[in-house]
Amino acid sequence: MVALGTGLALTGCAGGAPSALDPAGAGAARVANLWWLLFWISVAVFAEVMALLTWALVFRRKRRVRVRHGQPLRFVVVAGAGIPLVILVAVYAVGLRDLAALGDGPGPDAPTIEVTGHKWWWEVRVQGVDGATANELHIPVGEKVRVRLRTADVLHSFWVPQLMPKTDLIAGETRETWLHAERAGSYRGQCAEYCGTQHAHMAFLVVAEPRPDFDAWLARLGTPARPPQTDAQRRGQQAFLQGSCAGCHAIRGTGADGRIGPDLSDVGSRWSIGAGAVPNDGGHLGGWIANSQTVKPGNYMPPQQVGAGQLPDLIAYLQSLK
Amino acid sequence: MSTTAASTPGASREDLARLEERWAERPSLRSWFSTVDHKRIGRRYLVTAALFFVLAGLSALAMRTQLARPESRLLSPQEYNQLFTMHGTAMIFLFATPMLFGFGNFLVPLMIGSRDMAFPKLNAFGYWVFLFAGLFMWASLPFGAAPNGGWFAYVPLTEERNTPGLHMDVYTLGLLFLGIATTAASINFIVTSLKLRAPGMSLNRVPLFVWAIVATAFMVIFALPALNVDNAMLFLDRRFGTHFFDPEHGGNVLLWQHLFWIFGHPDVYIIVMPALGIVSAVLPAFTRRGVVGYALVVFAMASIAIISFGVWVHHMFATGLPPLSYGFFSAASTIITIPSGIQIFAWLATMLLGRLVLKVPLLFVIGFIVTFVLGGFTGAMFALTAFDQQVTDSYFVVAHFHYVLIGGALFPILAAVYYWLPKITGRMYHEKLGRWAFWLFFTGMHLTFFPMHLYGLFGMPRRVYTYPDEPGWGGWNLVSTAGSYLLAIGLLLVLIGVIHAVRRGRPAPPDPWGGDSLEWSTDSPPKPYNFPVLPQVHSLHPTWDDASRTSMTEGATDDRILARGRQTLVTSELDGRRERTVEMPEASLQPLLLALALLVFFTALLFAWYPVAVGAALVVASTIAVWLWPPRRPDQELGVSA
Amino acid sequence: MNARGGIAAATSTEALTTEQPVGRSAGWWGMVMFVATEATLFACLIGSYFYLRFQHGGPWPPDGLTAPTLARPLLMTAVLLPSSLPVVWAERGIRRGQRWRLRTGLAVTLVLGVTFLILVATEYAEKLREFTITTNAYGSLFYVITGFHGFHVLVGLTMISWLLVASLRRGTFGAHRHDRVRNAAIYWHFVDVVWAAILFTIYLSPRLS
Repeated sequence: MVALGTGLALTGCAGGAPSALDPAGAGAARVANLWWLLFWISVAVFAEVMALLTWALVFRRKRRVRVRHGQPLRFVVVAGAGIPLVILVAVYAVGLRDLAALGDGPGPDAPTIEVTGHKWWWEVRVQGVDGATANELHIPVGEKVRVRLRTADVLHSFWVPQLMPKTDLIAGETRETWLHAERAGSYRGQCAEYCGTQHAHMAFLVVAEPRPDFDAWLARLGTPARPPQTDAQRRGQQAFLQGSCAGCHAIRGTGADGRIGPDLSDVGSRWSIGAGAVPNDGGHLGGWIANSQTVKPGNYMPPQQVGAGQLPDLIAYLQSLK
Repeated sequence: MSTTAASTPGASREDLARLEERWAERPSLRSWFSTVDHKRIGRRYLVTAALFFVLAGLSALAMRTQLARPESRLLSPQEYNQLFTMHGTAMIFLFATPMLFGFGNFLVPLMIGSRDMAFPKLNAFGYWVFLFAGLFMWASLPFGAAPNGGWFAYVPLTEERNTPGLHMDVYTLGLLFLGIATTAASINFIVTSLKLRAPGMSLNRVPLFVWAIVATAFMVIFALPALNVDNAMLFLDRRFGTHFFDPEHGGNVLLWQHLFWIFGHPDVYIIVMPALGIVSAVLPAFTRRGVVGYALVVFAMASIAIISFGVWVHHMFATGLPPLSYGFFSAASTIITIPSGIQIFAWLATMLLGRLVLKVPLLFVIGFIVTFVLGGFTGAMFALTAFDQQVTDSYFVVAHFHYVLIGGALFPILAAVYYWLPKITGRMYHEKLGRWAFWLFFTGMHLTFFPMHLYGLFGMPRRVYTYPDEPGWGGWNLVSTAGSYLLAIGLLLVLIGVIHAVRRGRPAPPDPWGGDSLEWSTDSPPKPYNFPVLPQVHSLHPTWDDASRTSMTEGATDDRILARGRQTLVTSELDGRRERTVEMPEASLQPLLLALALLVFFTALLFAWYPVAVGAALVVASTIAVWLWPPRRPDQELGVSA
Repeated sequence: MNARGGIAAATSTEALTTEQPVGRSAGWWGMVMFVATEATLFACLIGSYFYLRFQHGGPWPPDGLTAPTLARPLLMTAVLLPSSLPVVWAERGIRRGQRWRLRTGLAVTLVLGVTFLILVATEYAEKLREFTITTNAYGSLFYVITGFHGFHVLVGLTMISWLLVASLRRGTFGAHRHDRVRNAAIYWHFVDVVWAAILFTIYLSPRLS
C-alpha cells in the first residue's frame, strides 16, 4: 500500500496528464495537499483493518481454536466510532479551511473572463473587451482572475484540474470561480458535467502567460481580425462571407456576425478544432469544414457544400486568422 | 428434491398431509402464473434481477472495450451514451434493489418463522411489475430509444428541447412503473416483519438481516416519493409543456437535483443496507458465534437510515450553493461514516473471537470488507467539499461508487448466493469452482476500478465516450479494460457454479453450515408451508438453542401446526406475543392481470395513446375492486345487529 | 371450511379468536405505510412549490397573475374537512354491528366528496381563463398540486362507493369484520388532512409575504 502510494505520487508528477496532483495554482495546490493528508490517513486505517483481518485469518482458523463468546463492545465503539470520530472532526476542520481558501477569490480590479458553455464548446469573452474567442482563455501568471460562468443550453462544468476544482454552469443562473497559475504554461480543462452526445469533446485550454503577453491577447481580442494578405486568402474570405459560414460564425471586422457557432476571428492560432476533437492543422480543418460529423458526430455544424476549388482557399484564410 | 428435515415428530403424518394439501401448488401453467408462494416469487426476483445484471454488465463490457484505447470508434457517442445510462439505471434500479429484495422475499418469512409474507398476492403483483418495468426499459435499447441522460438524468439536458424522442420518456415512465413494485415490496416487508414473526420473537430476537430489510423498506417508503415526484414533473415538462425545470418560465433546474438526491443518497443505503444485513447473517455460520454487539449493529442501521436523508447536497457540491449549506451537509456526510465504522469493527471483532470456517461465502465477506472499507475512505473524502469539487464527475468518483456498490452490495450478494444456494435449490455448490470465481472476481474488480482513482485524479472526466491520446490516460484505461474481462470471467464462473449445483450438486441437508437463524431448521428447499410446526422462539439464535428447536419437534402444539387451513400466526409488533391465526390467500391470477393492466397503461402513456391509458386505468381500478371484495359470511360470524 | 360447521363452529373458541381483532391487523399497518409514502409524495410536491417560489423571488404569483381568492377554497374546505365525520360515525357503527350507520355515513361522505370535486371543477373553469398549466411554473404547480389532490379525492370516493356497494349486500361487514372499512377510512382522513396543507400552500401562502 505504501509502495502504491509512492507510485501514485510518481506517476502523478510525470507524464502530460492534467493531473490534480501536479497543481500549478493556488486552488488546486490546496486540494492536492488535502488529498495527501487524506491519503495517508486512509493508508494508516486500512493497514489497521487489514492487520486485524489477517490476524483473524491466521490465528482464528485452526480447528482447535476455541470460540470466545464475549461482547467486546468497548473495542467496537472505540475502534469503530471513537477513533474515526476524532479523525473525521480533524479532517473536517481542515476541509473547511480549504473550502474557505477556495472561496477567497480575486479583488474587484482583477480581470473578469466570461465563459459561456454551449453544446459542445466554450465561448470566451473578457469583460470590457468587445470580442470573443472559443475553447481557449488566457490568464496572467501570478494573478487571480475572475471567471464568470453561464450556459447557453444545458449544464456543463468548468474544470481545470491543475488550477482549480470544478464549478458547474447552471441554466438560468450565473456562477463565479477564479483561476490562478503560479507558473506559465498551458493547462488542459474539460467539461465535467455530462452534457449530451459530444460531452467527450468539450475541452479547453487555459494559457498562463506573463502580464505583457496577456495584455497583448486582450488587445488582439478587441481589434478586428487580420485582413487577408494573399489572393488565396482573399478568395477564401469571399467564400466565407458568401457561403453559409457567416450565418453561424463571426469574424470581427468582416460582415460575418453569426452567433450560433464559435467566433473564428483568431481560429488560426487555436490549439485544436472542435473543442479538443482534432489538432488544428490544414488537413483536419478541411475535413472539419467538409463534414465535421465524421470528426465529432452529433455536433451542430452540418456538412458544408464547398467546391473542391474553394476548400484550399477557405483553409488558407482561416489559418491566417491569428 | 430434498432430504427430510430434522425428525419431525412435532406434526403428525395427517397434519403434514393436510398442510401439503392446503399449501402445495400442483405444477401447471396456471399455477406458474398464479403462484403467491414467497419462495417461488423470491426465486423469480433473483433470476430476473440476475438477468438484468447480465444485460447491464454486458453494456459495461462494451463500454470498457470502447475505452481500452484513446480515440476508439467501436461505439458511436449516441450508442455509448445509451449504454452508460442503461448500465447505471439497470444496475441500481433493476439489479441491486430487486436482487436484495429477492433474498428478502425468500428469506424474511423463513427467518421470522412464518408461512408467507403478510400480503402474498401483493408480493406476486410486485414481482410482475418489476419484471414488466425492467422489460419496458430494456426493450427500448434495440430500437436506439433507450434513456441517454445518465442515471441521474439532469435537466435541462433531459428536457424535450435538448433530448427529443422517447429516450427520457422511457426513463421517467419506467422508473415510475418500477416504483410501484418497490413500494409494494417495502410495505410488505415492514408489515410482515412487524406482524408475522413467530411467537416469542421479540424485537431483540429479530435476525440482523430482517432488521436490515426493514430499515431499507422504511427508507424506500420515505425516499422513493421524491424520485416519483421528480420523474412525474419531468414527464409533464416533456410531454405537456409544464415549466417545473424551465428557468425561462419561473422553473429551476436545481429542483431536479435536490429531489433526485433526496431520493438518491438514501438509495445508496437502500442498496447497501440489506447487503450489510447479509454479511451479518453469513458471519455467525462461519465464525461459530453471533455477531458482536447486536444492539449496536441495529442502532447503526437505524442511524444510517435516518442520517441518510440529511446528506443529499454532497452530490451538489460543485453547483455553487451557499457555503453555509456546504458546511452543514459536509458535516452530516462525514458523520454518516461512523455507523458503518461500528458495523465493520463489530464484524472484525466477531471474526477475531470466533473460529473461522473459510468457505466461499466467508471469502466473499472478506472481499466485501477489503473493498467496502476502501470505498468508505474515498466516501469520507467526498464529504469534504473542497476535495469533492476537484474529483467529482471525474473517474475518481466512478472508482469510489464502484468500490462502495460492488464492495457493499455485489460481494455480499455473491456471498448470499453461495450461502443460501443449498436452501433455495436444495443442492450444494462446487467449493473449488466457487474459490476460483472469488479470486478471479476479486482480482478483476480491483484491477478494473483501482486505476480509475488514478486517472480520475489525472483529470479524466466521467461519461466520455472517448478520450484523446495526449493526457496519457490510455495505459491505465487498458488496465481497467483487462480487469473488467477478468471480473466478467469470475462472474461467469459464479453462473456456471449455480447451474452446476442445480443440475449436479449434492443434495443439501437442512442445515449444511450450522447456521443460527430459523431458515436452517427446516427442509432444503423448504416445503410450501415452510415449517410443519411454527417455532416458539426463545433466543436470538433459535437454531442454536434447544428450547426453540424442540418447540418444533417434541414441544409442538396444535396452535402452531395450524393444519386446518392455509394459516399462519399473527403476533404483536414489539414482543412477538401471539395474537391470532390468520387465513392466507390462495393462488390467484389477479396480481398478473393487474400488473399487465399497468404495463398497458405505461406503454400507452409512452406512445401517447391516451384513450388506451384511460381504459387500462379502469381495468386497474376494477381489478383492485374485485381483488379486495369482501367474501360473504354469515351474519353470526360477522357480528351484525341491524 | 370447518369440519364441524354451522353455528357451533362460528362461535367456538377458535373461531372467535380468529375473528376478534386483537392488536393492529396487517391490513392496518399496510394502509398506514401506504399513507406514509403518499404523504411524503405530497410533502415533496409542496416542498417543490416553496422551492420554486423562493428561488424565483419577486412577486408571487409571478408574471402579473393575481393571487387566488379565498371564498371558494374556504367553501371547499368547509365541505371536505367535515366529510371525515360521517366516516368516523359509520366506522363506529359497524364496530357495533350496525349496518345502517355504515351505509348512511358512507352515503353522506360520498355526497360531500362529490360536492368538493364539483367545486374543484368550477374553480378550474375560472382559473383556466387566467392561466393554464403551460403558462409558467406557477401555473404548472397550481394545477399539478391541486389536480393530484383532486385525483386522490377521486380515488377516496371510489373506495367509499365501493364500500357502500359492498355494504348494501348482506354478509360483508360486521362487528368482527370491518378491516376494509377502517382502512378506507384512514385513507379518506388522509385525503382530508392533505387538503389543509394544500389550502395553506396554494391559497393562503401567496398572501403571506
